[in-house]
Amino acid sequence: MWLKFEPRAEPSRLMTYLSPLLAVGLMFLSGLLLFWVLGKDPIEGFRVFFLYPMRDAYSIAELFLKATPLMLCAVGLSVGFKANVWNIGAEGQLLIGALAGGWVALRFEHSTSPFLLPAMILAGAVGGMLWAAIPAFLRTRFNANEILTSLMLVYVAELVVSWLVHGPWKDPDGFNFPQTKVFSAAATLPLMLAGTRVNIALLFALGALVAGWVFMNRSFLGYQMKVAGQAENAGRYAGFSARRSVWFGMLAGGAMAGIAGIAEVAGPVGQITEKISPGYGFAAMIVAFVGRLSPIGILFSSLLMAILYVGGEQAQQYLSLPSSISKVFQGMLLFFLLGSDVFINFRPRFVRRRK
Amino acid sequence: MKTCNLALAGALLATAALNAAPPAAPVKIGFIYVSPVGDAGWTYQHDLGRKQMEATYKGQVTTKFIENVPEGADAERIIRQMAQDGNTIIFTTSFGYMNPTEKVAKTLPNVTFFHATGYKSGANMGIYNARFYEGRYLNGVIAGKMSKTNVAGYVAAFPIPEVVMGINAFARGMKSVNPKAEVRVIWVNSWFDPGKEREAAMTLIAQGADMITHHTDSTAVVQAAEEKHKEKGTWAFSYHSDMAKYGPTAQLSGTTHVWGDFYTKTVKEVLDKKWKGTNVWGGIKDGMIQLAPMSKSVPADVQKQVKGLEASIKAGKFHPFAGPVVDQDGKERVAKGKDMSDSDMNAMNYYVQGVASAFPKN
Amino acid sequence: MGLDFLSSILFATVVAGTPLIIVAVGELVTEKAGVLNLGAEGIMCVGAVAAFAVAYHTHSPILGILAGMVAGMAMSLLFGISALTLMANQVASGLALSIFGVGFSAFVGKPYESVALASVPLVPIPLLHKIPVLGPALFNQQGLVYFSWVLLGAVAWFLYRTKAGLILRAVGESPVSAHSIGYGVVRIRYQAVLFGGAMAGIGGAFMSVFYTPMWVEGMVAGRGWIALSLVVFATWRPLRVMIGAYLFGGCMIMQMFVQGSGAKVTIPAQFLSALPYVATILVLVLISRNRGTIRLNSPASLGQTFLPDA
Repeated sequence: MWLKFEPRAEPSRLMTYLSPLLAVGLMFLSGLLLFWVLGKDPIEGFRVFFLYPMRDAYSIAELFLKATPLMLCAVGLSVGFKANVWNIGAEGQLLIGALAGGWVALRFEHSTSPFLLPAMILAGAVGGMLWAAIPAFLRTRFNANEILTSLMLVYVAELVVSWLVHGPWKDPDGFNFPQTKVFSAAATLPLMLAGTRVNIALLFALGALVAGWVFMNRSFLGYQMKVAGQAENAGRYAGFSARRSVWFGMLAGGAMAGIAGIAEVAGPVGQITEKISPGYGFAAMIVAFVGRLSPIGILFSSLLMAILYVGGEQAQQYLSLPSSISKVFQGMLLFFLLGSDVFINFRPRFVRRRK
Repeated sequence: MKTCNLALAGALLATAALNAAPPAAPVKIGFIYVSPVGDAGWTYQHDLGRKQMEATYKGQVTTKFIENVPEGADAERIIRQMAQDGNTIIFTTSFGYMNPTEKVAKTLPNVTFFHATGYKSGANMGIYNARFYEGRYLNGVIAGKMSKTNVAGYVAAFPIPEVVMGINAFARGMKSVNPKAEVRVIWVNSWFDPGKEREAAMTLIAQGADMITHHTDSTAVVQAAEEKHKEKGTWAFSYHSDMAKYGPTAQLSGTTHVWGDFYTKTVKEVLDKKWKGTNVWGGIKDGMIQLAPMSKSVPADVQKQVKGLEASIKAGKFHPFAGPVVDQDGKERVAKGKDMSDSDMNAMNYYVQGVASAFPKN
Repeated sequence: MGLDFLSSILFATVVAGTPLIIVAVGELVTEKAGVLNLGAEGIMCVGAVAAFAVAYHTHSPILGILAGMVAGMAMSLLFGISALTLMANQVASGLALSIFGVGFSAFVGKPYESVALASVPLVPIPLLHKIPVLGPALFNQQGLVYFSWVLLGAVAWFLYRTKAGLILRAVGESPVSAHSIGYGVVRIRYQAVLFGGAMAGIGGAFMSVFYTPMWVEGMVAGRGWIALSLVVFATWRPLRVMIGAYLFGGCMIMQMFVQGSGAKVTIPAQFLSALPYVATILVLVLISRNRGTIRLNSPASLGQTFLPDA
């Protein structure tokens, strides 16, 4: 007997939705197995890792706080991914967005204008777009692979942040420590719920999901990009320029990542330091895939990813496991998803092995 | 099962209460570490301190630590959770925890927080740090006496004052006994990157440095010196921890952090309700800095001289930054007869004479 | 000091370039078969930690390398199952492998953090190592440095001088025709992926057992990705991989040497640290600029999923 995959005449709609659930299920199962292998009580491990992060209102608020940058980055990336534009440098765009928006906050530190925050956010988006424009330009003008260039720019962006906070932007009263001044109250995002850390960036993220949905499902450009992604030639026949989809895909990702960046520094961080993001830009790729590159999916997958992050902290505190267990779960989830996706286009069938 | 145990424990407690005054439940004390404890380095030294303190108050306190806590926005959640889990004294041991610690401290007045290396304190938040430069100066003296090439290499993480202070103190110590001495610095832009640290050490060795030290967190630099010791006669000075294990031949001495006495003393103050705020910057005198044992390769007369200097520092008779302190460009920063003030040291952003490299301008 | 100094720079450059060569050559073979595996970074991490653990417990660097190799193959098998058997998108599968590998290595490597291995002695080649300047730099090196040279030659010979190499290239150029004349495309691609994984595993082993020698989370620090761009840089030619790898190695080393010379450089250290990454981008641009070169040299089916019976 031999397992064989037969192409379906049409991609299965049902499986498109079931496959992420299957992947999550497989991840849970492997999680139980992993805890057991590590000599922990699997049920207890599961409870600590997946349920502790939701144990009270404050914790749930923390999940939304954590999910916000993921949502923003993922929805931006999904636009490009749909058109096979592989921007994997969202982390760098997030950092540059934080810098650009942060610059506004620091430049107008005494301003109490209600336009300060909008200006910061706009600057954040522009910063992210500029950083994303580099790989887009190199791709369209010089044919350079955007996967590699966008990734290399992440390392460069990290060093730019490091340089600024150690040098020109260092808080003059901060004893030379690598950080900027703490942003003024007018440059800090208002909280949505007193007693928690959730701020109005969550609203931007939800707004971005809606905008993403409208763009992908209701606009001609969105439609063209989807077609271009499904079959490069079809897109070209449809009179659609690959160049435009590269530009648009990269810039959308950059803008959203930039907003995520400024929302972090004007939110829970409160200043620019070297530790703005624990890899949101990379995790957002998983969020985008698990969310089926669709805004509704991304809403759920970003929350799931937030649980994986916080779950790692819980596992560390209460199970004495390294917090990197989070990334193990993240990687597993993506693998299981890719594996499960085979059922979308193929039907499994057991056949007798032929010679 | 659990409820069963709890009920049992409850019953026991109740009987105990009837028989005698209830034994006070141990006070829970938490530590937040920035890196894994491992077996040498910054966090390892803090953990030694934690263990010493816990052993001293056996039965009265229980301690818990969380390692590898990132210094960003997530730290706040972890610190808060630690407090909510009933830890009433919390030590956060890295600079990046300053703002998160302050934020949590403000909302939880019944918990006492201590933050290492920062500058923000409060009604329930103390700060502490050590005068690492005192050890550096003594290391520099040994280097100056023993160097054949008159070049020392220094692998450093980031040009913040704490690190610059160490470089300058080392250079002053070296130059005080060897006018031809020069210190070269390589910045690796990371607290912990053994690959780069080793590469930097090797580079310095290849370029003539026969004395090597580091202000980074791994043992890579001492290991590199050990490896090159036979061929190039390279010697090393450890930092944070005594790394003699990693450089049995090459390590001459080092600057070792000691937090145990501080933790023990401070916790007692809080337990006895006598704590009134902490702003400690302790040195050799306070037992927070130690010279790593000098190896037998250090000649007896040098050992004697260094011991003498150590005693003078301890007695407050000698300051590694006693004037005149002249920077690289010949500008006098501290006049003769004066010691540099703490606030000037904390703002140090220049190299003194004896450092060959240029100060990173940024 | 002059010549001695030159020799040290050369030595350090070669050492820094070696893991890049090994990983890039493995990836080159994979890509020649038409498979784009972006998982090199993750494979290197897992290879590094496996090699370190085994070398630590057995005190044998050789067993360490083998462990790195096996771990690398196991990782690439994951990729194979996903991208070849289950026909998932290769880019996404590779990214998954990288994310998983980086996290998994940090997780299982926990107990080995901050323990140290003894450094592995260099292997001088008789006579050759006595040549002035070049001798100490090139012929008194880590064993794996020589391995990287042999590997380059062997792969170049295999690809262009053997029938199996011809078939492999055919599979990368046109899997459909290769399939129609009876070659097992999926099988051959699996072999190529496993070879790439083995090499990336060895590259990781070099990092943790020979280079540092130490294991710490994040120590691979983007070298897997640099190796991937080296393949493009080399326009899929093995010998050019070597030139590229040493250029990058040199880039990493130079900034150290400039700082360590005690010269009065006031450039912020961050700029120097960014050099290798900026160089990678520049080189990619220079090579890719000419679409013709890329099209001529890159395997035609690179990155495309092959459906056996479609």
